[in-house]
Amino acid sequence: MIDIAWELFTPWAAIFGGAIIGVSATIFLLFNGRIAGISGILGGLFRPMPGDIFWRVAFILGMLLAPWVWQAIAKMPEIQINAGYDTLIIAGLLVGVGTRFGSGCTSGHGVCGLSRLSLRSFVATLSFMSAGFIMTYVVRHAFGA
Amino acid sequence: MNVGFFAFLSGLVFGIGLLVSGMANPEKVLNFLDITGHWDPSLMLVMVGAIAVGLVSFSIAKKRTLTFLGLGIKLPTADKVDKRLVGGSVLFGMGWGLAGFCPGPALVALGTGEFKGLVFVLAMIAGMLLFEAIDRPKRIS
Repeated sequence: MIDIAWELFTPWAAIFGGAIIGVSATIFLLFNGRIAGISGILGGLFRPMPGDIFWRVAFILGMLLAPWVWQAIAKMPEIQINAGYDTLIIAGLLVGVGTRFGSGCTSGHGVCGLSRLSLRSFVATLSFMSAGFIMTYVVRHAFGA
Repeated sequence: MNVGFFAFLSGLVFGIGLLVSGMANPEKVLNFLDITGHWDPSLMLVMVGAIAVGLVSFSIAKKRTLTFLGLGIKLPTADKVDKRLVGGSVLFGMGWGLAGFCPGPALVALGTGEFKGLVFVLAMIAGMLLFEAIDRPKRIS
């Protein structure tokens, strides 16, 4: 049976934060005319097209500065990273290669792709979610961490 | 200049959204992915909130040919579900499940000055460069 962690569950912050992410995707779509997919925006820097580096860097800069703006107003939420360096390196490589071959990540496929009812994004989201569930099961339970 | 401004604003708002939703915290993401353990369903509601807004925006975008800045709207045109899409997504999911980081939250963690965020982002960039090295010769030939 599913054992829900009610004490960790933050439904309102989740929905509200999600809506803010939706607003970000909306700005990028209706002003810049593009999909707010983080892996694509970052990865595109390594396949540069004329006139396209500036906005990619601007977007990434905005993300990097988000915690700074946050800190000026409120207390930073906890960022807990339990993975060791070896795990982070392997995970980073997998995420980098995987999102580029799969043409997207949680934002591009999961948020934008599902919002525009794309079959490809639906399949991609199912694929990375399933792989994520299995990998977390293996790490947390099969090896008994 | 406007293009840069709205890209910056969009990135900033995206990062704030990740912080508000709790998804900037890899441990919380792993608590969602741990569906057989003590499961935190929050991330599902993040998707619900984001998609609820997104559905409206994309329906507006589909009726327009130009953005408010007068630029063309560039939506993906690929429609084939292939091995590349599924295989890539599975590799991504494996990495996501290992550390609890996907690209957005990793950039936000790097922004906080977290050294582990830097390590992950550098490895992720190495992975993207590896993709270019594998993929580029194929595209040119």
